Amino acid sequence: MLTDQDIAGKFGQFGGRFVPEALIGALDELERTHNEAMSDPVFLSELAHLNATYVGRPSILTDAKNFSKHCGGAQILLKREDLNHTGSHKINNVIGQALLTKRMGKKRVIAETGAGQHGVATATAAALMGFECVVYMGEEDVRRQSLNVARMKLLGAQVVPVTSGSRTLKDAINEAMRDWVTNVADTHYLLGTVAGPHPFPTIVRDFHSVIGNEAREQVLALNGKLPDAVLACIGGGSNAIGIFNRFIGDAGVRLIGLEAGGDGIETGRHASTISGGTVGVLHGTRTYVLQDENGQTVESHSISAGLDYPGVGPEHAHLHDLGRAEYRSVTDAQAMEAFALLSREEGIIPAIETAHALYGAMVLGKELGPDATILINLSGRGDKDVQTAATWFGIEL
Amino acid sequence: MAGQSKLSELFIKCKSENRAALIGYLPAGFPNQSDSIKIIKAMIEGGVDAVEIGFPYSDPVMDGPVIQEAAEVARNNGITMAKTLEIVKEISGTGVPTLLMTYWNPIEKYGPAKFAHDFSDSGMEGVITPDLPIEEAGVWLATAKENSIHSIFVVAPSTGDGRLKDVTSNCSGFIYAASSMGVTGTQTNVANTASILVERVRNVSGTPVAVGLGVSNRAQASEVAKFADGVIVGSAFVKAVLQNPSDPATAVRKVAEELALGVRER
Ligand SMILES: Cc1ncc(COP(=O)(O)O)c(C=O)c1O
Repeated sequence: MLTDQDIAGKFGQFGGRFVPEALIGALDELERTHNEAMSDPVFLSELAHLNATYVGRPSILTDAKNFSKHCGGAQILLKREDLNHTGSHKINNVIGQALLTKRMGKKRVIAETGAGQHGVATATAAALMGFECVVYMGEEDVRRQSLNVARMKLLGAQVVPVTSGSRTLKDAINEAMRDWVTNVADTHYLLGTVAGPHPFPTIVRDFHSVIGNEAREQVLALNGKLPDAVLACIGGGSNAIGIFNRFIGDAGVRLIGLEAGGDGIETGRHASTISGGTVGVLHGTRTYVLQDENGQTVESHSISAGLDYPGVGPEHAHLHDLGRAEYRSVTDAQAMEAFALLSREEGIIPAIETAHALYGAMVLGKELGPDATILINLSGRGDKDVQTAATWFGIEL
Repeated sequence: MAGQSKLSELFIKCKSENRAALIGYLPAGFPNQSDSIKIIKAMIEGGVDAVEIGFPYSDPVMDGPVIQEAAEVARNNGITMAKTLEIVKEISGTGVPTLLMTYWNPIEKYGPAKFAHDFSDSGMEGVITPDLPIEEAGVWLATAKENSIHSIFVVAPSTGDGRLKDVTSNCSGFIYAASSMGVTGTQTNVANTASILVERVRNVSGTPVAVGLGVSNRAQASEVAKFADGVIVGSAFVKAVLQNPSDPATAVRKVAEELALGVRER
């Protein structure tokens, strides 16, 4: 088997559970609840109903014929997760975990957020289902994603700016874990990516697998054959696992994750955990980590708040070591080039996170030529990034 | 190992004196390398029976704001594993049982076998690993045993009975009972939840039990000493250092003196 992920939450040598003892009971309860729910037709039909009537699934597939010119003429198919309610793929996992929260009888949810997309999605589900909601967000991200901070507040969530460490996603996760350790009896930690202790990488993957399940059928219906490659950006890796999962068994389909290269891996200022990190333990899981010789986490850097994370989901670490998926690095400047091109060529303003995957397609398309088909997970829309982009391109507001 | 370490001898001695052991925590290299050694020695002079040296880590999810701040100060002042080794050597040289408390990743990065060898050579007798559940501890348990190092795991009020048996049977030296659900430095009514947990531990294990998290003054130390074999204090010492930058050693000694009275008031 390619991924023996369900053996005690391990993906090869990666994954597992490195957490304070106080959380073990809650993780066991979550694992049990998730396993039961996934074989409960009532749960699955409630999830499917919300996906169809609230999230807006299935999301469409767009053949980006103009952007294709910048990708060596390869066919570029965009899986439009940006059209989901709240504007990104994050809502898929949130709706699933919110239903699990209800099933566990918990009334309070907490979340970490980087770009704010996961925080907005969590605040949305909390509003819908009547949970109290607290979102931890690094102070630096509060600044660069202020639109999403306002959205969370409008949705009734409390946003707590985190001032420790790098003041970004990593420290928001630390603070959420501290809250969870303290309030675990009535609180669910609604983790937003395929990282963290078991069972989170499995749960989050399961709820995002709908992306790849739909996309594979859509590509087959359009082309009568599978794509040559599937691309996605990698923060913790949830949108990527979501679209990769259904294709893992299709040996001929290349799976490529695009990590944030920041100023370039060679500068040390980047967030390319697989390309530039080493094996370690961070936030409860064994995976690739940006760390120094003392095992201290090194701060990551990226223009994109959602990719600015010094760890990565353990299943990606495993897929990398198996050689089943490839991981490449895209710098800030390259991502912003793709951001501008997609906006102008297709009338679609992508999230800056997503723009990393788009640049990956520009490179890969030239490698593969015009006969190739590249499927990209368009993980989110760029409204939240307008301020950052305006500054980057010198547009006066 | 057990029975011959200074740590095990300490619990036997405290039992014969009808009191609890006082275990004091301070981060390595806080506020800097040389002061850190002086301050830990002052803590011992004040009456701490065993020392728990914390390795400052970038992502301390079990620590509240006070210890987080200390870890950041120590890291900014250049603490490393190599320097921590020097501190351990100095402190264990005083004859007081010396333990290390560290999150798992620094050990993994250093290499568990090399870590056990080097630190045991420097006189460290035990390691507390707050984010290493027993399911992930196989390699570490074997390595620690080979090097005669006590493996000390944390049990929490949420730890179920079956699991309590598994965790405590893997502990040696003592069992670290977390007084409440929460991070270090939380102010709660420690004694209530802790006494219940200690009683549950006693039902499944004969290993000494020390209570930590949230004990900060003489009255609390005395409360906990009534039912536990050891009282672990961390944030109160760190706070004393942070609030008395001109003479942290004296402040720490005073805190230790007060707590030492507490653990004798059963
Ligand atoms: C639009 C978008 N894409 C991607 C990501 C990165 O997360 P992940 O790698 O888990 O998909 C984020 C995170 O905030 C995001 O908002």
